[in-house]
Amino acid sequence: MGGGSAVADLGGIEARLAALPEQVNGDAVLLRRGRYLNTICQLDFGGASVLLRILDGRIVDVQRNPSVMPSADFAIIGEPPIWRRFLAADPPPGDHDLFAFLKRRELRVVGDLHPLMSHLLYFKALFACLRDAAR
Amino acid sequence: MSAAIEPIVGRYLHLDYAGRHYRLYFEEAGEGIPLVCLHTAGADGRQYRGLMNSAAVTSRFRVIAFDMPWHGKSSPPAGWQDEEYRLTADDYTGLIMAVIEALGVDRPVVMGCSIGGRVVLHLALRHPRAFRALIGLESSAHVDPYYDTGWLHRADVHGGEVAAGAVSGLVAPQAPIADRWETLWHYMQSGPGVFKGDLYFYGVDGDVRGEIGRIDTAQCPLYLLTGEYDYSCTPEDTLAVARAVPGAQVTIMKELGHFPMSENPALFLSYLEPVLADIAARG
Repeated sequence: MGGGSAVADLGGIEARLAALPEQVNGDAVLLRRGRYLNTICQLDFGGASVLLRILDGRIVDVQRNPSVMPSADFAIIGEPPIWRRFLAADPPPGDHDLFAFLKRRELRVVGDLHPLMSHLLYFKALFACLRDAAR
Repeated sequence: MSAAIEPIVGRYLHLDYAGRHYRLYFEEAGEGIPLVCLHTAGADGRQYRGLMNSAAVTSRFRVIAFDMPWHGKSSPPAGWQDEEYRLTADDYTGLIMAVIEALGVDRPVVMGCSIGGRVVLHLALRHPRAFRALIGLESSAHVDPYYDTGWLHRADVHGGEVAAGAVSGLVAPQAPIADRWETLWHYMQSGPGVFKGDLYFYGVDGDVRGEIGRIDTAQCPLYLLTGEYDYSCTPEDTLAVARAVPGAQVTIMKELGHFPMSENPALFLSYLEPVLADIAARG
């Protein structure tokens, strides 16, 4: 990863993102679930963002703070305190799932949502990896 | 090798209702007070197998769970291939009453979850004297939308995969892994568009805000049990129902989500037991 430092403010999320490819790419079940998934997903932390480039279910690149014109298929957008709650190791009821945050409009998803919706179980497992790394 | 046969018995009911013929599958176990169980949207009666395999329940209750038309082993009606399934409040309540009458069940307890938890509120409003008691699991008067249900039925997205993904977060993190994935398997097996069609009732036609204040618990006791991890029907949603319905009894269940009876049957039964004991004591 390269670029600015704002992502590092999210309670260790930067280290967890750095470890994510090894976690995902080393998980045979997750790779099978995502074997037809090819997409670029942007995680937007409000001023900082990360692009996850996924090829056949494998995370092949994690680009921190991409250029002024990041190009992604879809983005998940929220302020840092929201992401901190969502990616906490053991979130309390109501903070434990992406859809709970979408319902409260605390996180938003924009763009072409087909990769996300056709691979919901994959992405929920991906977020679970980020939580596991916080333990 | 070891083997065992469960006490659950499954049969088919042929029913003419609202001008159409239905072949409906139902399972039952036990003897005593009839307890009719209603499954969630996009699922089927298998969700209640933990209940039907509990001797503590079936020693006092005749537990019956039927699959709604289009669900589980119940067929859609002839001609289904040319129509879009969409559940309405009138169809749902009417069908439940027809099944109860067809099975010859007298003043049963009806327990429903999610859309079933919603429809018990409709039953309380429309037919309060027909039931010994009503139990709403994950029961709310309405639900705020949180995803586009159009994703649940389109040819370029696997309906079973997306349905399971959509509801997976509604299972509490503490659920036993096997029970979590069994619950999701039910969703993966749902027919095309059925979950979406059920959600028309849940999100649109079954909105019963403004009416639930007329529910009279003196005519029919109402029990509400909701899992703390349910963000579809939140504990606050259920508490709002209880505030509007004098006499309704509420339990917020720890470490449970939107599918208490199937995601963690043993834990759910510990919460249900006092309710069943109360109902049994009423006679």
